[in-house]
This record gives sequence, C-alpha cells and structure tokens, in this order.
Amino acid sequence: MCCMTHLSVERPSGTRLSRHLRPAILVSSLGLLLSACSLPSYGGYKGATTQGHDTHLLYAGLFTTAIVVGGITLSLILWSVFRYKKRSDAMPRQFQYHIPLEITYTVIPIIIVLLVFFFTVGVENRVDAVSSNPYVQVKVTAFQWGWNFDYPQLHVDVHGVTLQNPEMVLPTGKTARITLVSADVVHGFYVRQFNFSRYAQPGVINVFDLTVRHSATYQGQCTQFCGLYHAEMLFRVKSVPPAQFQAWVHQQQALGHDKVVAKQPSPIVKVRSTNSRTKI
Amino acid sequence: MTILEEKATAPAPAQSRPEPVHHAEPSGLVKWLTSTDHKVIGKSYMFTSLALMIIGGAMALLIRAQLASPHSSLLSFQQYNELFTMHGSIMIYLFVGPFAFGGLANYVVPLQIGAPDMAFPRLNALSYWLYLGGSIIMLLGFFTASGAADFGWVAYAPLSSAVNSPGAGPDAWIAALILTGFSAIFTGVNLVTTIFYLRAPGMTMFRMPIFVWNMLVTAILILIAFPVLTSALVMLYADRHFGMDIFSVKGGGVPVLWQNLFWFWGHPEVYILALPFFGVITEIIPVFSKKPIFGYKGMVFATLAIAALSTGVWGHHMFTTGVVLLPFFSLLSLLIAVPTGIKFFNWIATMWRGQITFTTPMLCAIGFLITFLIGGLTGMFLASPPVDFQMHDTYFVVAHFHSVIFALVIAAIGALYFWWPKMFGWYLNDRIGKVQFWLLFVGVNATVIPWYILGLHGMPRRVAVYNTGMGWHALNIAATVGADITGVSFLVFLLNVYLSWDKKVPAPNNPWDGTTLEWFTSSPPPTHNFTRIPPIRSERPVWDYNHPDAVAIPAHKSDNNDKHASPPTGASGDDGGD
Ligand code: HEM
Ligand SMILES: [Cu+2]
Ligand SMILES: [Cu+2]
Repeated sequence: MCCMTHLSVERPSGTRLSRHLRPAILVSSLGLLLSACSLPSYGGYKGATTQGHDTHLLYAGLFTTAIVVGGITLSLILWSVFRYKKRSDAMPRQFQYHIPLEITYTVIPIIIVLLVFFFTVGVENRVDAVSSNPYVQVKVTAFQWGWNFDYPQLHVDVHGVTLQNPEMVLPTGKTARITLVSADVVHGFYVRQFNFSRYAQPGVINVFDLTVRHSATYQGQCTQFCGLYHAEMLFRVKSVPPAQFQAWVHQQQALGHDKVVAKQPSPIVKVRSTNSRTKI
Repeated sequence: MTILEEKATAPAPAQSRPEPVHHAEPSGLVKWLTSTDHKVIGKSYMFTSLALMIIGGAMALLIRAQLASPHSSLLSFQQYNELFTMHGSIMIYLFVGPFAFGGLANYVVPLQIGAPDMAFPRLNALSYWLYLGGSIIMLLGFFTASGAADFGWVAYAPLSSAVNSPGAGPDAWIAALILTGFSAIFTGVNLVTTIFYLRAPGMTMFRMPIFVWNMLVTAILILIAFPVLTSALVMLYADRHFGMDIFSVKGGGVPVLWQNLFWFWGHPEVYILALPFFGVITEIIPVFSKKPIFGYKGMVFATLAIAALSTGVWGHHMFTTGVVLLPFFSLLSLLIAVPTGIKFFNWIATMWRGQITFTTPMLCAIGFLITFLIGGLTGMFLASPPVDFQMHDTYFVVAHFHSVIFALVIAAIGALYFWWPKMFGWYLNDRIGKVQFWLLFVGVNATVIPWYILGLHGMPRRVAVYNTGMGWHALNIAATVGADITGVSFLVFLLNVYLSWDKKVPAPNNPWDGTTLEWFTSSPPPTHNFTRIPPIRSERPVWDYNHPDAVAIPAHKSDNNDKHASPPTGASGDDGGD
C-alpha cells in the first residue's frame, strides 16, 4: 500500500497551469491584483489558502468600493440634512424631476455593478476550480456531531466527535482535493483563515480544492446549524510540509492496523436523533 | 360624499354626507371581535404584532445575555436553539410582515386612496383572525413536550424531518405558518383589489401616493411568494406524518428542494418586508421637507424593478450549497442595488433645498437611510459568491440582515409617530420620541457593528457557546450592551404611549401639513372614512388644496432651470391652475 502513497507524491502538479491560461480569468485576476494588492485587509483574513487569498483580494476590492459609494451617499444625506434644516417659513421650490440627473444615477450604479460582477466571476472560477491532478484526496464526512476525514488512496481515516476536535492533516503548498458529504443533515465545512465554507448535504457530493500556503494549525467549525451540538462540532486543519505529511501518513497507516475497532461509529453518534434535553 | 371644488374657485364649505345610521351597533369587546372596519383591523394587527415584537425582542435579549460570556450556562443548548428559532420566526413571520401589510397598509391604504374600506372587509377580518390564531399556535410550541421548534427559522430539510426533529413543537410551528400564510395571501388579494377598484374619482394610477404603489407591489409579491411557502410547508408536514419523502434522500426525495422552495419565498419576502417601509419614508420625507417626492415616476419604476428582480435571486442564499448557478444569481442580486440606489438618491434629492423640520418621524426616516445604507452595502458583499463563501453562516450575515431589518424597525417607529395622531386623535410626545429614536439608532448600530467584525473573525451564527481562544469575547460584550440599549428604547416607547395617553394633546385633521388624503378627514376618521374629498390633480391632493400657489413643477419645466437656486416661490405659483 505504501507504494501508492509514493505514487501520488511523485505526481507533478504542473498541469494546474492550464486553467491559468483561460484569458478571462487571467485578465480579471491581473486587474484585481493590481488594484487590491496594496489595499488594507479591512479586518479580514488574508487567506491561508491560495483560493482564500483570491477571495480576500476580492473582499478588499469590494470594501474599497463600498467605502467610496457609501461615503458619497452618506455625505449627501448628511449634507442635505444639515444644510436644509428649516431656517424660515419660505416655501421651497416645488421641483420634482430632473431627467438627466436621474439617468446619471441609474447608469453609474449599473457600471459599478458590472465591474463588481466581472471581478466576482474571475475569482469565483479560480476558487471553484478543481485540479485534475491533486496531490492528495480527502473525503470529508460531516455527521451529527463530528467529522470523518478519510484519505481513500492512503488508507488513513481520522474520526472525531464534537470537542474531540479531529484533525485533518494537509501538505503545505500542495493541492488537496476535498470531497464533502454528509451522513445525515446539512452541515457547513468552514475554516475562517481559508475564507471559505461549503455545505455538506445529504444527496449532494461537493468537490473543491484547498491549497494551504503556510504551515500551521487552523481551527475549523461547522457553520450550518445541524441540531443540538452544532456549537461544538469542531475540527482542525493542520498543514505541514510535504515530507512531514508523508511521515504522518505512514504513522497513521501503522496505527490503523491496530485500530480497526475504533473505526466503528462512536456511541455519541448513535444517540444523535434523540434531541434530548440533557447534555450527553 | 362630495368632491370639493378647487379651493381658489369654490371656497364654499364642503357639503357633508350624513353618516349612515346603524341600528344597535355593538360596543366594546363585541364590537372589536365583530368589526370589519379596516381601521379597527389595522390597529389590531399593529398592536398584536408589536406585542409579538416585544416577546421576540425579550428572547433576543436572553440570547445576547447567553453570548456575553463564552461558556455561559444561562441557557442549555436545547433552550438556546429553541430561542433563536422562535426569535427569528416571531420577528419575521409574526412581526415585521404583519405589522406592514396587515397593520399599516390596512389602516393607511384605503384612507390614502379615498376609499370607505377595503374591498373585502370580512376577508380582511378573517386574515386577522388567522394571523392571531397562527401566532398563538406558534407560541404554544413552548408548552409541548418536545419544546418549541429548534431547527432555525428556515427549517432546512432534513433537520426538520420527523426523525431529526420529532414532536409537537415543530408541528405547531408548521401549522402556525400555514395559517399565517393563508392570512398573508388573503391580505394580498384584498390589497390588490382595493387599490385597483376603490380609488376615489380622479386618482389615476400615477396620482397614487408612493406608499400605495409600494403596497400594491408588495401585495403582488405576496401573491407570487406566499403560495410557494405555504405549499412547501404542507409538503413538509406530509413528509413528517405521511412518509411523503419529498425532502428525504432515503425515499428518493431531494433535501435541497426545500431550500429552493423556501428561498423562492424567502427573498421576495425580504422585499415584502422592505417595500412598505420604503413607502413609509417616502411619505415622511416630503412632508417634513415641504417638497414633493423627487422623481415620482422613477420611484415607481424602481419599486417595480426591485420586485421583478427579487423573484430571481433566491439562489444567493444557497451559494455555498454548491448546486446553484452562481453567475446568474450573483448578477441579478447585484443588479437590485441599481433601483435601490435610485430610491436613495430620490430621497436625498427630496430633502435637497427643502425646509426640513426634525420631528420624530423625520429623524426616523434619516435613521432609516443611514442604517439601510449599511445593510445595503454589506449585501453587495454577500451577492458576490466567493465573498459569500467567506461570510456565509457567520455573524457577518446576522449583522447584514439585522442592519436591514433594524432600518425597517426604525421606519416602523417613524410610521407610528407619523400616523398616531390620525389613528387616535392625539399625539405621541415628540420629545420622548426623540429620546427613543436616539437610543434605538445608537443601540442597533452598536449591536450590529461588533457583529460584522465577529463575522469577519469567523464566529458562526446559531452557536450557544464559543471558545475563549477565538478572540470573540469582547466584541460579544459590546453587542450585548448595544442590544440592551435597543431594549431600553422600546421601554421608552411604552412609557411614551402611557404618558401621552395620560395627558392627551389633541391633534387636528392635518397636524404635519400632510399631502395625501388621509390628512383631509378627521382624526380619527369616521367609520367610512370621508365625508368630503378634495379634487385630485396630483399625488398630493391635500397639499394642492391647502397650497394652491405651490403645486409641483412638471418634468418638462423643471429640467431647464433646476440648476439655479430660485427664490422662495410662495407667491409666484407659475403653474397654478393646470
Ligand atoms: C433587540 C433587537 C434584536 C436583537 C438583540 C437580536 C439578536 C439576535 C441574535 C443574537 C441572533 C443570532 C442568534 C444566533 O445565531 O445564535 C438573531 C437572529 C435572528 N434575528 Fe434577531 N435580534 C433583534 C431583532 C430582530 C428583528 C427586529 C428581527 C426581524 C424582524 C430579527 C430577526 C432575526 C432572524 C431572522 C434571526 C435568525 C434566526 C436563525 O438563525 O434561525 N431580529 N437575532
Ligand atoms: Cu452544525
Ligand atoms: Cu435574499
């Protein structure tokens, strides 16, 4: 089985380049980079994955737009409120229409919207793009109330409920393909530093890529309300350099042989639908 | 009823129609129970929904108390889940909507179009009783063995199935919403018919007040959206009890179908809640600026555009499902910003070069503008799918929709201060009103701004506890303080109602120099509303009647000379008699 592990390690991830050649994406991401790289982070995470970083740049661009649009509108409101406070009994001029002005403030927002949409589509395609050749594949199963991280090619399986805070280990700088499913109700896979969430739903298989940029441990959490212990449905993503990742895989594989029993669902899972008022 | 002649030509006092004589009119409780008068029903709606708002608000304060510390044991998980579900459900299904289309619209629309009542007065009464019954049933959920519904106000399948959420509490929730759903549909039918058929002579469509226009469009949206929700709820009930398996994978059903149906109602619902209050402030701003609404026709088209777009954007609530067409829903959602922007600029241009008096309703209108601006701009982030992936189901979303909704609540308070003298014949105290406004305005923004930051820092919604290490504690304390200030503002409101009622200051027919027909009749109006009516030549018949020298300048004339500030035209009246 170990050879399979190595096989997937050897595979180059260069083919990912092909998607960068899509011109629309290239243009829009260039424009975005030019405009957004020097922007402040506006309280958001810079994005610990390449996908999340793209999202962050879009966020910062939108925030800048919002400040300009909001600033102008707010100034106009405050100006008219303070400037046209009642000063006399004189009757104001009863004007009601000004067609050129009305056309102006119809057309300018349309242009802004189209620009926002243009950048949105660019980033959306990058964030949603899945590599044909991922370095590692993980099948993530959400259930009431915990997570299962299965590495099918590597025969590694990590399982944990609520506060056990199970850990998904990923190789830094490499593309991981996540296949996300649910064993029962709708859950949300979310890691704040990744600027990304996706539902785990019964009857739907969601596939996306994560390319973690920096080695670290990230706290994740279920974000879609899923019943009694939703608030405690925690997990972690630990990103380590590829060599260390391999070591972890071997270690897990060795452990796995002794732990066949542990793969059975934990007792908490079994009582999941009782909706009991008492804490288990 | 007499149609008055133009004041200038015929100043003769209006000839009154004698009040129809009713025999053995019931009084007191029986009168209220059997009334089909739109004013009585409207007031019942308003005060029932306000009472529910206080209940829902108290739940919100409990929720906030729980979140003020990370691992609070004030509420159990179960209690917390029931509370946020019922808080959201009460506020959306039982407060804002019924207050707007059941309360305000019921009271104001017939008056503004010069009608004696709604088109179907008994259906109107039925709507109210269905609504009251539904509301009580929903609250009774707390007293069932399973507790109240605890699957969030959106009841996503399959969490809402009989297996995952068994018990009578969830069933009560479903039954309640089927009843209030029918109530809303009947009100929609009633409003559309009333507005199309009962307008006074002279009131063409383009002379209707904007509030009436908005209520017409709201009613049409109700007819488009509510049948879908009501049907989906029937399906959910059938799934739970008859094994229909519409929303369960095991029986070959599709859980995501629930989300599609729910949000097909859910997004139009946002505008069913918002358009009435857009209408409210479009009535308030011109009156207190002493000017006609700027861009009347643009306003109407913007409302129509918003309504049309709002039926095609439901997918933006489902971006993270991975199974919706992202660019389609994203573009349509972003486009809604355009007509909304038009409205904003029209409101600003209405104040421009006006003579603004800062009464409580006007302060509320300004508070609405600022709060809604924040909600609208943050909505743009959520309409962009990648950024929504980042924000979805975090407190950023909670903050966004509360910004929007709090803006509507501020407008609702403005509406109460504005129409109160008409409804009761006495004023609410304006000075206490201002205190209330500032507490409300500061309170809601002090609540939502920490939420935005919490959302950016990744705090999920619908969690009863959080870890200390996440850095969320201080912001949660700030939000709780803001929520408590908001709560106090409502105590001030209740105090104001009591004090103003205790020492009544009587109000004349037209206390604000209002422009629309409701200000022409007595305060409060007689049973069938009008004994006389002024000629209707524009959307401001009462203004035209009272200020024959200051009628609005028509479009083709205002274009040319708008740039130059003109002297006060009190006496010039260049367009006097059309
Ligand atoms: C004093 C005023 C209010 C406060 C302090 C407040 C507080 C909250 C809080 C803390 C939550 C999040 C609960 C959670 O996710 O764990 C929430 C959810 C919600 N609120 Fe409010 N709220 C207030 C007023 C309103 C109003 C006026 C409305 C609507 C008319 C409203 C509608 C909702 C809805 C729909 C939810 C979502 C419930 C869910 O997630 O299922 N709230 N509110
Ligand atoms: Cu969850
Ligand atoms: Cu929506």
